[in-house]
Amino acid sequence: MSRGAWLVSRLLQMVPTFLLIGLAVFVLARLLPGNAVMALLGDRGSDEAVARLTRQLGLDQSIGMQLLAFLESVLRGQFGTSLAFRIPVTRLIAERLPVTLMLTGMAIVIALALALPLAFVAALKVNRWPDLLIRGVFQVGLSSPIFYVGLVLLTVFAAWLRIFPVGGYGDTFAEHIYHLFLPAVTLAFSLSAIVMRNLRASILSVIRAEYVDFARAKGLRSRVVLLRHVLRNALIATVTLVGLHIGSLLGGAVITETVFAVPGVGRLMVDSIFARDYPVIQALTLVLAVLVSLAFLVTDLVQMWLDPRVGR
Amino acid sequence: MNTPLLQVQDLRVTFTTGRGAVHAVDGVTFDVGAGEVLGLVGESGSGKSVTLRAIPRLLHDNAAVSGRVLWHGQDLLTIPDERLRAIRGGQVAMVFQEPMSALNPVLPIGMQIDEVLVAHTDMDRAARRRRAIELLGLVGIASAATRLDQYPHEFSGGMRQRAMIAISLAAQPALLLADEPTTALDVTIQDQILTLLLQLVSELGMAMVLVTHDLGVVAETCDRVAVMYAGRLCETGPVELVFNRPRHAYTDALLRSMPGDGAAGAMLTPIPGQPPRIDSPVPGCAFAPRCSYAEPRCTTERPVLTAYAPGHDSACYAATRLPARVEEGAA
Repeated sequence: MSRGAWLVSRLLQMVPTFLLIGLAVFVLARLLPGNAVMALLGDRGSDEAVARLTRQLGLDQSIGMQLLAFLESVLRGQFGTSLAFRIPVTRLIAERLPVTLMLTGMAIVIALALALPLAFVAALKVNRWPDLLIRGVFQVGLSSPIFYVGLVLLTVFAAWLRIFPVGGYGDTFAEHIYHLFLPAVTLAFSLSAIVMRNLRASILSVIRAEYVDFARAKGLRSRVVLLRHVLRNALIATVTLVGLHIGSLLGGAVITETVFAVPGVGRLMVDSIFARDYPVIQALTLVLAVLVSLAFLVTDLVQMWLDPRVGR
Repeated sequence: MNTPLLQVQDLRVTFTTGRGAVHAVDGVTFDVGAGEVLGLVGESGSGKSVTLRAIPRLLHDNAAVSGRVLWHGQDLLTIPDERLRAIRGGQVAMVFQEPMSALNPVLPIGMQIDEVLVAHTDMDRAARRRRAIELLGLVGIASAATRLDQYPHEFSGGMRQRAMIAISLAAQPALLLADEPTTALDVTIQDQILTLLLQLVSELGMAMVLVTHDLGVVAETCDRVAVMYAGRLCETGPVELVFNRPRHAYTDALLRSMPGDGAAGAMLTPIPGQPPRIDSPVPGCAFAPRCSYAEPRCTTERPVLTAYAPGHDSACYAATRLPARVEEGAA
């Protein structure tokens, strides 16, 4: 199979994935206690109003028709109006989503910037003090709950040292980065620990490979041996791991955004759940699920770029 | 012979393992002359591959190496990394046993040739590409230009080994260290690769150390042979002399266990027992427990290398009692 064919089939695989996600969201919304009409009208709606709204929302149709109508409106990008904010859900998400994407993006960059070099140092000094120190510190990162890390950073760097703001998002791009720095570090904490441990182990196994000895036998500089021959092969396993963690990173964003009062979709999700804002919950679930599958797609593409054996 | 190209003197390699020290190579000495093909022979675990890898300092941190490896008068075991790097791949190149694991799976073959040229020559990109195509042609890989952009998994086993040889030859080394280069290949391919190596060695005027456990290969290809057992050198000398008039009981036993020897239908004589564990060194000759010529002192005193003919040395108390394998004069 050629790489092009592999790519096309990989993209086609996403169609059933998205359909399943849509179905799951549809079913979940109907499993929630109460129904949309009750949520909209509250307890005091007259029977006539209830009947009218039920017809308006299409809830008097068969379940199959409702599913089709739901999928159709999703495809048109229409998720209805937020009950709490009284604006279209699409607009609400369009405002909030970039914040969360930037936060998770920064978190990934910070995590990798920490984990890549330190994994190398730890692997090259295996079982000596730099390795033990790095592993020890990251072990703390791995075992600390995200809200606790957030609160500690907030107390030290925002409240005491006043280097970073306590919360918010700012108005310009530079302000965004400044405001999101502490939350991103918080979010990066456990990811960097996981990546560091994984990459360290995979460097340790690759560094004993015959092709690394052969690279040394060619008289290459150690920098070339390490970056071209060791790191590239070691990264193949780690990329998969990072991809798999994008989902939990978005979950972590919910907590982080709450602690730091960042106006992203994570915080929106929490608020909507408390407000029983079903249209928003439904749309967010869908959007986040699609984001995670897109992250998997990107992971596969990076994988394909790193490892020529993938997709052949 | 003039000053040899490579002189290995009293090479010792000790591995530190969880269960104590293992003396994998125990005082090995040999020379390789310019353009000469030396066969380094022994069973698995005899230390032949470790010896080979110790020469360009390729062993890992868990190996303690002592002795001297002289290359143009400088000791490869002690020169600074920077100078060692220029020699590795440039003057002394290596061919590994298993091309599938020795070639980097994620880099195109062309790049794996190119990086040797970058490290050891001043060629520009275009010249390097021409040279890479030329090298693939040299080792018998057809449509070289397209092959350059392919990855190791797109090559067959024999083609992979040819590609690895091309990589090793890239910087025109004076010495090729070949670690069982045909063991991992199909029998039908083995002969092709061996023929190719020999042809290249004579065309390019290289010397080669060929590690193998196959005496048949040595007989076909080598000028001289060095036989190793349990980390020690048993016997070394010109191939014809060693094969016709072995001076070490182990060599004698190896030759008897070799198929294709003697009359058709003649029985092979296997060597009884197992090689010793090298983590428990014996005081005498390591082969004594399996040796049919052993005498009492073989187990207590260690025989030293003694010359029996010019360039023919052996460390065996039974050297003069061993039968000649062909009539003197008929050889």
